[in-house]
Amino acid sequence: MTDLLQLLVFGIVFGSILTLGAIGVSLIFGILRFAHFAHGDMMTVGAYFALIFVAQIGWPIYLALPAAMIGAALLAILIDQSVYRRLRRTAPVILLISSFGMALLLRAAVQLIWGTDNQVYQPGINVPYVVFDIRIKPDHLVIVGASVILVFAFHLFLKMTRMGKAMRAMSDNVDLARVSGIDSERVVIWTWVIGGALAAAAGVLLALDTRLNPQLGWNVLLPVFAATIVGGIGRVYGAIAGGMFIGIATELSTAVILPAYKPAVAFTLMVLVLILRPRGLVRGMN
Amino acid sequence: MELGGVIEYGLFFLSFVGIYALLSLGLNLQWGLTGQFNIGIAGFFAVGAYTSAIVTTAPSPHHLGGFGAPLAVGLVLAMVLAGLVAVLVGLLTVRLRTDYLAIATIGIAEIIRLVLKNEEWLTNGVRGIPGIPRPFAETPGAGTLGQSDGVFLLVVVALILIVYLALEAARRSPWGRVLRAIRENEDGVRAAGKDIERFRLEAFVVGSMIMGLGGALFAHFVGFISPEAFTPEFATFLVWVMLIAGGSGNNKGAVLGALIIWLVWTGTEFLTSMAPPEYVTQAGALRLLMIGILVQVILLVRPDGLLPEETAERK
Repeated sequence: MTDLLQLLVFGIVFGSILTLGAIGVSLIFGILRFAHFAHGDMMTVGAYFALIFVAQIGWPIYLALPAAMIGAALLAILIDQSVYRRLRRTAPVILLISSFGMALLLRAAVQLIWGTDNQVYQPGINVPYVVFDIRIKPDHLVIVGASVILVFAFHLFLKMTRMGKAMRAMSDNVDLARVSGIDSERVVIWTWVIGGALAAAAGVLLALDTRLNPQLGWNVLLPVFAATIVGGIGRVYGAIAGGMFIGIATELSTAVILPAYKPAVAFTLMVLVLILRPRGLVRGMN
Repeated sequence: MELGGVIEYGLFFLSFVGIYALLSLGLNLQWGLTGQFNIGIAGFFAVGAYTSAIVTTAPSPHHLGGFGAPLAVGLVLAMVLAGLVAVLVGLLTVRLRTDYLAIATIGIAEIIRLVLKNEEWLTNGVRGIPGIPRPFAETPGAGTLGQSDGVFLLVVVALILIVYLALEAARRSPWGRVLRAIRENEDGVRAAGKDIERFRLEAFVVGSMIMGLGGALFAHFVGFISPEAFTPEFATFLVWVMLIAGGSGNNKGAVLGALIIWLVWTGTEFLTSMAPPEYVTQAGALRLLMIGILVQVILLVRPDGLLPEETAERK
């Protein structure tokens, strides 16, 4: 029982990270209509941005995190404006290919700049708290806390601001949103700001939980996509449920199967959802 | 001596082009003709390579088999197994939209890689399978000829020719017309009473079998395989760049793309080898970066590729 509760803790931590990635993928899909394959590597880049602030300037992680989010948002805009924007007029599938290429490009750039070795933000042991035989690392609390704050902030943004409203409108029906006078290019820019920033946050938190390496984000791309699809692709509130579901399910699965097959669990759940409930488990934004 | 070295390198170079040309032709059937987005090429490539390796190597305590079977048996079984995996994937995904198929195929490829890495009884895990024979290496009287890249290249060229002619015939046949029609207008084809799912599945399976054949040839060419050889970078992404650069929808373009991109890819190796020695460890990343930029440029500047699909018969 304790073992399962321990795995549940790991699952909630992993789920918090997946949620941040899945919101971005879902939002980008809802507005631009393509699966963004560079999202995992965007997470990696964000994690390394934070490393600059931690290692070079000596900032604590709670300052480096927002800085990395801003950096990744700017990078996302740059990628969109230099490449994706020009491909938007063609079929969405061209964007898919382009983003797959962008994934490799980003990963290669990370390897080139920061090398391929494992790195950490803060060396040393993260002494866990022990509550009823369940071990919880301080970093785990940081990860879940940061994720809850960011998701809540994003919720407020969607509900309270004009831009949030415009985003929901465009995600519901692009043409209708356009004729009602929404500036679609501005919405697209904001989509990348939020997608990039949340991806960076997910990357930083994931690196905090594990280690920085160039494969960091690529390795969780599949669970992130699984979370997006389970939640119903294009529905940002579904992404939260999907992230938690996939995170907890993959961690619990290690009680019965080899941990090496964790990505396979996420994938299997995703395929099951695609076959049985192609519109996602929960009803969300649309 | 100098000339001999150049010829030898040329044969080695062209053998790789040939293997990639098969992958690219397989992808062209799936993507170029039918519009199916497979980014799990690495998976089918690996299934083909491992199948043929296990079937043809000498018995070994470190992995399943080897069964010491003749090379032709290895190649056929490689295609059969890659085809079976494709049937499974296809049945699950054939109704899905492009994005979902893309995610599903990349997932399958990653799971195949996990299996190859972790199931040591089957594949010897990360230590890989050595001693995979060359074509005609066992033929009596062949001597050292069986080890030469020239003989290997002849086998590859012969197989490409067969696959190419078969694909061209298929493309011009009513079957190929239905595939292209599905790509252009799915609802129209459905309205015409065609079983879209069946056509899609057929194209997906045949394309994957060709990829499996490419994988088997790769295994016999390099002689040693491990899961590291089947990463998405080399086994999937390069093939996509080749098809897009050559011209998707055009079988000649698929082969031409393989030649040109492999030339560029080896060219980047030449370029990075001139970099200062302290950057040597970064060279691989730099090469990928260059290819990554190249694909964006191609998509922006010449999205139809060097040899665009022949559309005369449609317009």
